[in-house]
Amino acid sequence: MAGTKDCGQHTAMSWPCVGEAGKTGEWRTSRPVLIPDKCIAVQRNKALCMQCWAFCPDSVISKTVPPEIDLLYCKGCGICAAVCPTQAIDMIAETDEGQETVQEDTCCGC
Amino acid sequence: MAVKSPSVAVITGNNAAAEAARLARVDVIAAYPITPQSGVVEALAAYVESGKLNAEFVNVESEHSAMGVCIGAAVAGSRVFTASSANGLAYMSEQLSWVAGSRLPIVMGCANRAMSAPWNVLNDQQDAMSQRDHGWIQLYCRDNQEIFDTFLQAFRIAELLSLPVMVCYDGFILSHTVMPVEIPDQAAVDAFLPALTPQIIVDNSDPRNINPVTLANPRENGSGTLCHGYMEFRYLMQEAHQEALNTIESVDAEYASAFGRSSGGLCWTYGPEDAEVIMVAAGSLANEATVAADLLEETGLRAGVLGIRSYRPFPDAAVARALKKARRVIVFDKSLTYGYGGPIFIDVQAALFRHQVTPEVHGYIAGLGGRDINARQLAEAVTESMGWDRAQQGPKPTSWLNLQL
Repeated sequence: MAGTKDCGQHTAMSWPCVGEAGKTGEWRTSRPVLIPDKCIAVQRNKALCMQCWAFCPDSVISKTVPPEIDLLYCKGCGICAAVCPTQAIDMIAETDEGQETVQEDTCCGC
Repeated sequence: MAVKSPSVAVITGNNAAAEAARLARVDVIAAYPITPQSGVVEALAAYVESGKLNAEFVNVESEHSAMGVCIGAAVAGSRVFTASSANGLAYMSEQLSWVAGSRLPIVMGCANRAMSAPWNVLNDQQDAMSQRDHGWIQLYCRDNQEIFDTFLQAFRIAELLSLPVMVCYDGFILSHTVMPVEIPDQAAVDAFLPALTPQIIVDNSDPRNINPVTLANPRENGSGTLCHGYMEFRYLMQEAHQEALNTIESVDAEYASAFGRSSGGLCWTYGPEDAEVIMVAAGSLANEATVAADLLEETGLRAGVLGIRSYRPFPDAAVARALKKARRVIVFDKSLTYGYGGPIFIDVQAALFRHQVTPEVHGYIAGLGGRDINARQLAEAVTESMGWDRAQQGPKPTSWLNLQL
């Protein structure tokens, strides 16, 4: 197993860049899902509103049409869903689709 | 008022601490006054105000904030100083852990004082001893000269190891008592203690976060380097403490060759090589024990003293070496880990067991909350202890010296 000796740190540090805190998406217990029919930006085909993009504390929502959510890093805090003026984001519990997240190579089928 | 000649000042322990901080050219001082530490802060404030010391003195509203300022300044590469006592130190407790975990070479003084409740501003060592496990080096001083010398050594030790050092000296007994202290000139101190080569962590051209969430297991950072998990950082801190056992000795030796005075390194001994009984203590109590050893010698008992200077790291091998010829060891603690015994007593027994040195070891609790303790009483305790027959009476319970219950 590879060790951590080569990192040369004795004080814990991180440098600002995408993914520095790890794949924080793994922390998520519920996931934001965009409902395009309700999204103002999608309906007007313009980068309008963008409250979800502005309020996301982890900057994982793009300022695009439609807004895209990077689920590798989204922690599932639900702020985007809460600030959306048209309730166009649903928070879906990750456990609802648990079978999709089974790691086939390590699952012993117990 | 301090009486000064060119090289010797007759000053309090607090002033000796302040003199050392001044000559160490500290950049930032942040402290909150508390009895019996106040004198060191007042002296440093006067130095800064009068221009005698070119440092930033930051007034704060609490000890927690004082150490917060020190952390910020140290992270930016400054040599920093603070001091506290008892409840102030306890209020600083959470920050002590941040300092050690961040591996910042902060040096602080602790003018040892009893913990409340009940209120008591007088001396014992419960305050520092109860902060033992944050990862700070703890050095105890026996007199005011040693306070001065130990602070200068502490900056060197801290900066060599990237570990914080707490220099502990007994409140009132040392902090408020004047003694002659030899003060070297600035050039000599500069030669011993070079300017801090800062391990600058805050750097605008290379921005970073310190102490981000560090989970149980190692993981790759954004650039693909596998970084330590929490446990690896803890191991490295322990490794630095193990290294400190060498560094404390070597820095003391360097100091001795520069200034002609050794503080004993990890621990010091007094009395005959073949002492039959050895008293163990830390701080001014160990100094008092040397007088007790002389009293006992007069009665025909070969008695010696082992002074614990470094409490963390605990010098188990040196302690076992110093005690291996003794028939009986008597440990005097000015603090207590409730429900067991004196902390030095416990550590000494563990060290002896580990090195398979097996004198009879007895523990005494002494001087809590400023209860006076003199050499004659220490000698009487030794006499009482020598009369204990383990075969008949079993292990001796910890005794309380001069208890008036």
